[in-house]
Amino acid sequence: MNRSRQTMAWAVAGLLVAVTAHAARIGDLTETTVVEQVRRFFEFRDASLLYGLVGSMLLGISCGLLGSFIVVRRLALMGDALSHAVLPGVALGFLWTMTKNPVAIFVGAILAGLLGSLAISVIKQTTKLKEDTALGLVLASFFAVGICLLTMIQRLPTGQKSGLDKFLFGQAAAIGQADLVLMGVVTAVVIGAVIVCYKEFLITSFDHDFALASGFPAQVIHYALMLLLTFSIVIALQAVGVVLVSAMLITPAAAAYLLTDRLHRMLLLAAAFGMLAGAAGAFLSFLGSNLPTGPFMVLSASTVCALAFLFSPRHGVIVRWWRQRSRSARMERENTLKAIYQVLETRQEQQGRAGPVLDFATTGVSVLEIAERRREPLEEAALRCADLARHRLVSRDQETIYLTPDGLLRACEVVRNHRLWELFLTNEAHFASDHVHDDAEKIEHVLGQEIVAQLEQRLQFPRLDPHGRPIPSAHDLAQVGGAPVRAEASEGYGRRR
Amino acid sequence: MASQPALEVHDLTVAYHKKPVLWGIDFAVPAGKLVGIVGPNGAGKSTLIKGILGLVPVSSGWVKVYGEPYAKSKHRVGYVPQRESVDWDFPVTVMDVVLMGRYGRLGLLRRPGKADREVARACLEQVKMLPFANRQIANLSGGQQQRVFLARALAQESDLYLMDEPFAGVDAATERAIVTLLRELQERGKSVIVVIHDLQAAREYFDSLLLLNMRVVAYGPTETVFTPELLQKTYGGRLTIMAQVAEAVAAKK
Repeated sequence: MNRSRQTMAWAVAGLLVAVTAHAARIGDLTETTVVEQVRRFFEFRDASLLYGLVGSMLLGISCGLLGSFIVVRRLALMGDALSHAVLPGVALGFLWTMTKNPVAIFVGAILAGLLGSLAISVIKQTTKLKEDTALGLVLASFFAVGICLLTMIQRLPTGQKSGLDKFLFGQAAAIGQADLVLMGVVTAVVIGAVIVCYKEFLITSFDHDFALASGFPAQVIHYALMLLLTFSIVIALQAVGVVLVSAMLITPAAAAYLLTDRLHRMLLLAAAFGMLAGAAGAFLSFLGSNLPTGPFMVLSASTVCALAFLFSPRHGVIVRWWRQRSRSARMERENTLKAIYQVLETRQEQQGRAGPVLDFATTGVSVLEIAERRREPLEEAALRCADLARHRLVSRDQETIYLTPDGLLRACEVVRNHRLWELFLTNEAHFASDHVHDDAEKIEHVLGQEIVAQLEQRLQFPRLDPHGRPIPSAHDLAQVGGAPVRAEASEGYGRRR
Repeated sequence: MASQPALEVHDLTVAYHKKPVLWGIDFAVPAGKLVGIVGPNGAGKSTLIKGILGLVPVSSGWVKVYGEPYAKSKHRVGYVPQRESVDWDFPVTVMDVVLMGRYGRLGLLRRPGKADREVARACLEQVKMLPFANRQIANLSGGQQQRVFLARALAQESDLYLMDEPFAGVDAATERAIVTLLRELQERGKSVIVVIHDLQAAREYFDSLLLLNMRVVAYGPTETVFTPELLQKTYGGRLTIMAQVAEAVAAKK
């Protein structure tokens, strides 16, 4: 018992970290047995092992494919309800033949599943109970009936050896040759149906009414999909278990949904993830001396899903965090550029010259002046200047900072955005002039070239902002940049492409 | 051919859970007409469209399209559902959605081919959405989503179009684009029936209006039906009696 608990811990570790990396380092007694087990696994010495592995992969494929459809159709709970509803059918299928005949169990389970979904629609249509409640009701009561029947069977003289207890938490090693044949047939049917009816499944999932109006029998297609779903739940039962089979439908599909924006890619990814999770579950369960397979499969799938959640290129948490970070860094750089501009502008005003200034590139600013303008410690201002220099927006000559042409252009753009927006808020939206600055501080970084041009036109090409300071015009910018103005200011220099 | 109306609706009654929401609707739309359906909230405007298309169970009446029962001429009818009716996070691109407009012509089990892609591309160009063809639909603005739906309907290459609130929540540019499109369709001899909420737009853009409030209050050329009396009759409280009767019918079942 103790050994098996240890091996289970090993198996879990193997799931989260890489098994091989650790096994090489730690040298206690368990290691040899784990290594031994791994070797046994890959030698496929006994046929049952191979059956278990192939079966788990097959069920992963069919669950991944159909899971994708129920996820995009928002029927995830339906999978859960159906998987619990089939349990009494499994027990009755056994009682029918008094052996673990896969076909009898399959037929029994399908019938129970259909009865369950019928019960759900009857409850929905005849009472004021809503779908989620109907699902919960049917799920729990069918499951309870199933558990009672299973317990009865366990008490029968032949029941002990029936192996029906495996249907609760799943055991890949219990998959026999006959089971495997059935799984193969069902998976082939599912793959075939998805390939042949892809168009029909897509249109009815996306827009039920439009599909109907286009002449597709949406209701029939829906029931066909539900029937296929029940098929793949039933073949997955033995290896994954009633309790967790819905996770094998939802989790690989959810991971795939996070990773892609196209349905056909989602289907492929979900099938691949399902297969992977199935294989990993069978493997880890074997390492742990045939511990329940279901939890390991689901854990593997959840790991994939968690990784997708974190690292998905478009929607991943990490990517979003990184994007957010670089956006705020860019805002800080733009604010520093603006401070430099303002220092130079004030200096020029004091010299009695009016109008937006464009020869800033030749005049320098000290870090101290920037720090004063931004009201922050000298060290911080120095850091900001260093950052600007890294992005080639300023050049430094000891303590004096010069704007590069790029830096000057960007500074002018930000000041222009800020002042135009302030003017718009005061003149067109009729805000008091002391209400507009804070808002403009945020907006100046996000306005695109096109919107700015529209603003300017609406304001009839103003020269001065509400505080009487000159607004750099598009013409000024062109002079500074010496090049056509960029399409989108917010995608300006460097970082974001 | 020319004498056949594009759409003929006769005594159409629709009930939800036994509660009538539309009573005995009669109207006919000649080919090449732009018809706006206006009426207050709950008047059954969307239900009328759905009843014509057979998307909701109809308790009585019939619908003919170019003289044939609707079931026989489904392929001649294009549909633009309300924008909110679908999940815009669905993993498809703009192109995928427009291609769905071709599915009806393809029928069961045939896949869209190169020719269908060409049609879809042309339809996207017509609504100025071609540059977005490979975008995922979640990244579109409301107006752009509406244009995608219009492009999908254009890809159906139908003769009669039913549009459910295409002007709802769109920007001014999209509104203009839709109006231009409607006129183009009309010039090509197509008929378009549009559910519209904004009375000002209804008056400005449509030849004929159908004033609806659970039954047809008035139907005819815009200048003759867009009168204070008829609008008052459509929007005013006088019809509450009808709603009460509907409640009574529902309670009696």
